[in-house]
Amino acid sequence: MYDVDVNGKVLKADAEPGTPLLWVLRDTLGMIGTKYGCGIAQCGACTVLIDGQATRSCQFPIEAVEQSKITTIEAITEDEVGRKVVEAWVAAQVPQCGYCQSGQVMAATALLKETPKPTDADISDAMSNLCRCGTYNAIAAAVRQAAA
Amino acid sequence: MNAHSPFDLDAATLVPTPDGVANLSRRRFLGVAAGALVLGVALPTGKARAQAEGAGAIAPKPGTRVPAFLEIRADGTVKLLSPFIEGGQGINTALAQIVGEELDVNPARFVVECAPPGPDYALVNGLRLTGGSFSTRSSYGAMRRLGATAREMLIRAAAAKLKVQDGELTTEDGKVVHAASGRSIGYGDLAGEALLLQPKDDVPLREPKTFRYIRQPVARLDVRDKSTGRAIYAIDQKVEGMLYAAVQHAAVLGTEPKALLNEADVKAMPGVHSVHRLPGAIAVAADTWWRARKAVEALKADWSAPAAQGVDTVSAEFSSETMLAALKASAEPGLPSETEGDADAAFAKAAKIIEADYDAPYLAHAQLEPPSSIARFNADGTLDLWVPNQMPELFQMIAGQTAGLTPDKVKIHSPLLGGFFGRHFMYGPANPFPQAILLAKATGRPVKVLWSREEEFLNDAVRPLSFSRFRAALDGAGNPTALEVRTVGEGPIGRWFGSIFKAPVDSSAVEGIVEKPYAIPNRKMAFAKLPHPVTIAFWRSVGHSMNDFFYESFLDEIADAGNKDPYAFRLALLKDKPRHLTLLKAVADLSGGWTRGPYEVDGVKRARGVAMASPFGSETATIAEASIEDGAARVHRLWIAIDPGSIVNPAIVKAQVESAAALGLSSALFEQVVYKDGVRQDRNYDSYKILARDHMPEVHVAIVESGAPMGGIGEPGLPGVPPAVANALAALTGERIRSLPIAKAKLSGA
Ligand code: FES
Ligand code: FES
Repeated sequence: MYDVDVNGKVLKADAEPGTPLLWVLRDTLGMIGTKYGCGIAQCGACTVLIDGQATRSCQFPIEAVEQSKITTIEAITEDEVGRKVVEAWVAAQVPQCGYCQSGQVMAATALLKETPKPTDADISDAMSNLCRCGTYNAIAAAVRQAAA
Repeated sequence: MNAHSPFDLDAATLVPTPDGVANLSRRRFLGVAAGALVLGVALPTGKARAQAEGAGAIAPKPGTRVPAFLEIRADGTVKLLSPFIEGGQGINTALAQIVGEELDVNPARFVVECAPPGPDYALVNGLRLTGGSFSTRSSYGAMRRLGATAREMLIRAAAAKLKVQDGELTTEDGKVVHAASGRSIGYGDLAGEALLLQPKDDVPLREPKTFRYIRQPVARLDVRDKSTGRAIYAIDQKVEGMLYAAVQHAAVLGTEPKALLNEADVKAMPGVHSVHRLPGAIAVAADTWWRARKAVEALKADWSAPAAQGVDTVSAEFSSETMLAALKASAEPGLPSETEGDADAAFAKAAKIIEADYDAPYLAHAQLEPPSSIARFNADGTLDLWVPNQMPELFQMIAGQTAGLTPDKVKIHSPLLGGFFGRHFMYGPANPFPQAILLAKATGRPVKVLWSREEEFLNDAVRPLSFSRFRAALDGAGNPTALEVRTVGEGPIGRWFGSIFKAPVDSSAVEGIVEKPYAIPNRKMAFAKLPHPVTIAFWRSVGHSMNDFFYESFLDEIADAGNKDPYAFRLALLKDKPRHLTLLKAVADLSGGWTRGPYEVDGVKRARGVAMASPFGSETATIAEASIEDGAARVHRLWIAIDPGSIVNPAIVKAQVESAAALGLSSALFEQVVYKDGVRQDRNYDSYKILARDHMPEVHVAIVESGAPMGGIGEPGLPGVPPAVANALAALTGERIRSLPIAKAKLSGA
């Protein structure tokens, strides 16, 4: 049994050591906004914030998250930067299928918290999540808009 | 098809019937499916609907019964049951625009959901499917009439209520208005009465000049939910008491688990409920998916052996290379797919003849949502199935066969798709839902099967590996007088819909090579069928995804052989095709005027290539700008002009064209599913490389509305990209890429 501090609430999770945070969130805690895409830290669909850092939760074992504060897409609009990012996403009409977008929004929020005025190179570096629908240009436009 | 094809295997093993397991032939399987789908159109479903509709309920014409599509709610919102499935293409928003335009309700107040199976929704030539870039163009007229018919019923209901004549009433965004008295009634307060009225079948449609929603960049209905994690996909569904299942498929397709070797150990693992053998797979059901996955990865089985060699089945020696060699070596004469003039005579007189072989690999869909399904048997003898699909009625039928139920006992839920690109048609062993049904049956509990990304890359149905041989005759002036193309292989229409579409030549194998607009007077195209032993698929733009690359690259080779500029060459070949000419000039304008290059930008050479395509009723012209970086291709900009005849939402059109272009570029640069020793090699995105941000070019899209019949949007942006890129690279290097992906080639010369 682990104590997991998610979106400001401490929740109990029954899982073996080594269980990725992603599956604790999705199946144990029922928070399904965070998505599974690859399971090997390649696609970024599972991105959450751990102590403010964008983190791929599919490769983050549950035992490592105790003592940390996790923010997921479910709480994104409770955060001032997150809210701005979401509004920019809506204004730029970013999503297509939408499946990657939870992770994209989390990655963008982490970027803008750390670097409020990112350069194009900052955006390229930080926004490495895959999008099979090819929304990369719309994402970059939305990040710039959220930073403006 | 041979007896060992994956399809027959699947049918034999996955379709239990009351008297055991039937060995269902492919013909019977599809024959049944096709028959029922067509028959379904003529059958009314359910008494309630018939009563709501009155006498008109018998044999409804698809797309006409208002209550089958619209629920007008008291709060002024409108629920629209869609014949189509939303997977990113924007169809839900487009339908809201089309219906809202005629119904007179702002599309923003629509809630759109995928309709359950039923004959009302068979809007694509009597079938129901989401694919072929058919959705908007096949339903546009019917959905406008539906909205207009419903609006007229609301007006009649209001007239009765207000005790005035119909003609005194108008509507205003969800209200019926009586201007003379200043009274109005919201649609929500009229819907109950209105939907009981007999619909009229001659309600006039709006004058297009007065459109407020159609042709506008109306905001997508699903964007906020998709930006805040609230959109629900198949993978997110959960039902009371369900078990999670993970599977491990046969490494070699067609082999079977004979025995489990460590069942007891695996059963003792945390959370494990049970351990199973399935057709072509082994499975573990557990209380969470992660536990099921850990357990199934620990599970060991003794597998049957594949055939030693050959390409009739996935043999121990089967590989992408042996398959390509078989396609090249085929001596099958084939059937003519397009014949014009006298190509043999033109070749006999030619001043110059050029020839080239082109090939393209198997491709995975790699949609970001891994496939999953939930099956739940209910106490009343019905089965609920949550299943990503592009054809609800066909899935309903096959699910029924798998479960031993009649189709009416199967309730299909069609969730939002986390990308599809052709992934979610009926592909025999490549669909997880039969596993969910068999496991739900075996465990007596609802079961959710989710394939890990690795299992998905192992078992996804693939775009067929493809091969065509080109030959052209040129006259003394360098103009092409004849073109001969021989295509060998198999297309997905022939494989999966052979009994519905009986044409001898599979259009999905030759589209992009036939029906090109260029004035080459003598043409001789042939198609020789050679089936693949692997599960083949529709993949965004289907045959066009490789054939336009082949054809438009070879067209540049002809231009080069005749010392002609590829753009001017195309203009000349299209001089009697005003629609194509306009489009080609439009893309040149969009790019700032045609220039082939090479030219230098920041000290690095760049060049441009051009290509055209005629996919799914639309026309496209594409220009790509590329350079070479460390021996690899780098695409900087794409310009795409698309003429879909007419459009519904320019913002969605542009976004879809850009999305398709990204996938086209991804396939051109990086992608290939490689078989070696009967086994697929790449099992995740680390080695199956797809386009990431670092290779995304600028994309500029121009929409040209020629007024031609409405064409498709979801796929047409793709096929022009690979040849435009390859043509740009040839302009840079002088070397021709004839085998995809480009990443295989070491590029030089820039
Ligand atoms: S699911 Fe975690 S990075 Fe892909
Ligand atoms: S929007 Fe579909 S994967 Fe990104």
